[in-house]
Amino acid sequence: MTISLVVDIGLALVVLSLALWIIAATTVYRAVIGFIVYGLLLAIVWVRLGAADVALTEAALGGGLTGLLLLGAAARLSHHECVPVFGRPAAGPVVGFRLLVGILCTLIAAGLAAVVLLLPEPAPSLASEVASNLPATGVGNPVTAVLLAYRAIDTLLEAVVLVPAMIGVWSLATDQGWSGRPGFLTPARRTSALTLLAQVLPPVGIVFGIHLFWIGADHPGGKFQAAVVLAAMWALVLLAGLREPPRVGSPPLRLAVVVGPLVFIGIGVSGIWLADAFLAYPAGYAKPMILAIEAVLTLSITVALVFLLAGPPAADRSADGRR
Amino acid sequence: MSALLDGFTVVAVSLGALFFLAGTLGLLRFPDTLARLHALSAADNLGLGLVVLGLLPQVASPLGWIGLIAVWLLALLASGTVSQLLAGAVRPLDGAETQARDNPAEGPFS
Repeated sequence: MTISLVVDIGLALVVLSLALWIIAATTVYRAVIGFIVYGLLLAIVWVRLGAADVALTEAALGGGLTGLLLLGAAARLSHHECVPVFGRPAAGPVVGFRLLVGILCTLIAAGLAAVVLLLPEPAPSLASEVASNLPATGVGNPVTAVLLAYRAIDTLLEAVVLVPAMIGVWSLATDQGWSGRPGFLTPARRTSALTLLAQVLPPVGIVFGIHLFWIGADHPGGKFQAAVVLAAMWALVLLAGLREPPRVGSPPLRLAVVVGPLVFIGIGVSGIWLADAFLAYPAGYAKPMILAIEAVLTLSITVALVFLLAGPPAADRSADGRR
Repeated sequence: MSALLDGFTVVAVSLGALFFLAGTLGLLRFPDTLARLHALSAADNLGLGLVVLGLLPQVASPLGWIGLIAVWLLALLASGTVSQLLAGAVRPLDGAETQARDNPAEGPFS
């Protein structure tokens, strides 16, 4: 047994037992903390499988961003949560509901396992065709080529879906709060340690985010990972109370959110005349167009993610003396 | 020369791993939150520092050195800040430490 096999088996065991721990967790808060760790462990699993792009996305989105969203939800739910007495199972419809969820999840897992185990040998793959057509796109990273050239429609929908998600969050605003500033990331009190972090880290994080965007053409990275890092920096500044989020009514903010999908759709539609198909790039211009789309999408996704985290706009609190 | 450097790597990384092991033990076994935080940041700061120090001879390019050291510095910054925030959240409640001692069933995340 080689040492890497031992590491992989250990990793799989840790992931599985952590999943069990999350299910058995007594409070939502603990389950969310477990889920964040689970996301980071999954990222290591993806690295072991040689999928660095997926690993980056999993760590940034699956662990970090989703974890933060769930933490926010857990904090809001904690008032309504009935904590089961330790050692005694929760009674009533909770058990039935959990059973139902468990059965459905088992069915999905069994289905996936069956599909993987029943794959013909060798498994069907488009990898060689992707590799042979890579020069036409001008980018060196096959994942970026798939996302923005071969399957651009998926990426377009992925980028657009953030806009309705944001509208969904904003529509939870109260009447008094509408067009105010989102309040969820505003700190209750400022702490010096967080202020220091929010002053020292963003310059590094912004450079790193732009670097992730730029190398996405040839190496693992890309707009989503870059946007998560940039969004994290903005969220950190908001959390430390150094800046206030803009009002949701502000036109520059709304423009920043929609400009990415609009440019993507615009270039896609222009492909009907320039390259004979929707979302097709004219020969020789694929790389600059992909870069342009990635750049504006990075901006739009960053803003959308921050405002998903920041929650619905709340009534202005600056009147009652917030420091 | 390279055998010497490899030996240095093995020693430093093993020492770093030892610090992580000790830190994990402390996280699990120490009585109150502040002591657990100490164990955790000791593992982060010294353990990761030793691992990074041990890996430096294995990297050929100066860019790689800068990257490794940057990882350590960022981890230092993050763990220091998180420890401060957690300690600040625990400290105002004076009864919290005795409560944690009376309640050993609570996990490390409580």
